[in-house]
Amino acid sequence: MLVSLYRYNPETDNAPYMQDVEVEIPAGKDLMVLDVLNLVKEKDPTMAYRRSCREGVCGSDGMNMNGKNGLACITPVSQVVRKNKLVLRPLPGLPVIRDLVVDMSLFYKQYEKVSPYLINDKPAPAIERLQSPEDREKLDGLYECILCACCSTACPSFWWNPDKFIGPAGLLQAYRFLADSRDTAQAERLASLDDPFSVFRCRGIMNCVSVCPKGLNPTKAIGHIRNLLLQRAT
Amino acid sequence: MGSVNSVTNLGRSGVFDWLIQRVTAYVLALYTIFLLGFMVTTDVNYDTWSTLFSQDWFRIFSLLALLSLGAHAWVGLWTVTTDYMKSMAPRFLVQALCGLTMFVYAVWGIQILWGL
Repeated sequence: MLVSLYRYNPETDNAPYMQDVEVEIPAGKDLMVLDVLNLVKEKDPTMAYRRSCREGVCGSDGMNMNGKNGLACITPVSQVVRKNKLVLRPLPGLPVIRDLVVDMSLFYKQYEKVSPYLINDKPAPAIERLQSPEDREKLDGLYECILCACCSTACPSFWWNPDKFIGPAGLLQAYRFLADSRDTAQAERLASLDDPFSVFRCRGIMNCVSVCPKGLNPTKAIGHIRNLLLQRAT
Repeated sequence: MGSVNSVTNLGRSGVFDWLIQRVTAYVLALYTIFLLGFMVTTDVNYDTWSTLFSQDWFRIFSLLALLSLGAHAWVGLWTVTTDYMKSMAPRFLVQALCGLTMFVYAVWGIQILWGL
């Protein structure tokens, strides 16, 4: 199978380029894209990419495979390959450090903006802050995010304004804490989101939903945030 | 927590711009449907057209549609300019031109509607 790889080493290359590598796929096997990359690295150890858990839990190996973002470790080659060719590029819109490794600083900066932790100004109880099963249920579909950045780097609004628009990943987490019955900072959280960029750059095209490897729905969460902002303002 | 400041958008707050965009969209849709309905059901000639525009309620409706168009276009074009124009001076120039155009259209529209 032909694998076309995005290569860029700023220390030796003037510009990024695509490198074609022929990889032997063991007959009768459907490998994951990450396995193919490991085969490439055996041939060419200079190939750089991030990986860790290799089972879709850590979120390290988010990349663009034949035009669609996803986690290489849980994406079967058969699902993305077209005309026996696999094209691997780094996540779009973020600065490339080397080959498939991108600089995620802006992504984390947007995540940090939503204060992704529980804020509660009441005295801490002796054991723990209790939550009813119904309240706990509201966090389903929100807390599972692994911050792989597949969604935010698939979003044109994030490409154009990565410094101002929080992006689907950050907004999913913003709603995760807005929806938490134990959090007491809802008013402050909403006040910090009511500008024309942070939330409202979302145009609802749902690229984030289509690429999320965990099957989450940031567009829906953004809709909930918009409704909370609307309730607060009308 | 920190929000993004902006002074060139229509309503200062994101939710205001969003609401204005939706409400004006409904007004423009209603106006368009009404006009289309009028053209389909009535024989459009000078008499029927000038009768329609001589009624105060339709002048008010037309002005509402015109102002809605201005507000709708401002929110939309402001978004487009902040998406695609990264350099401040040309962006502000285009925004100012858009604002001027909409102001002229509004004043001119009032003049036409009540001058008929």
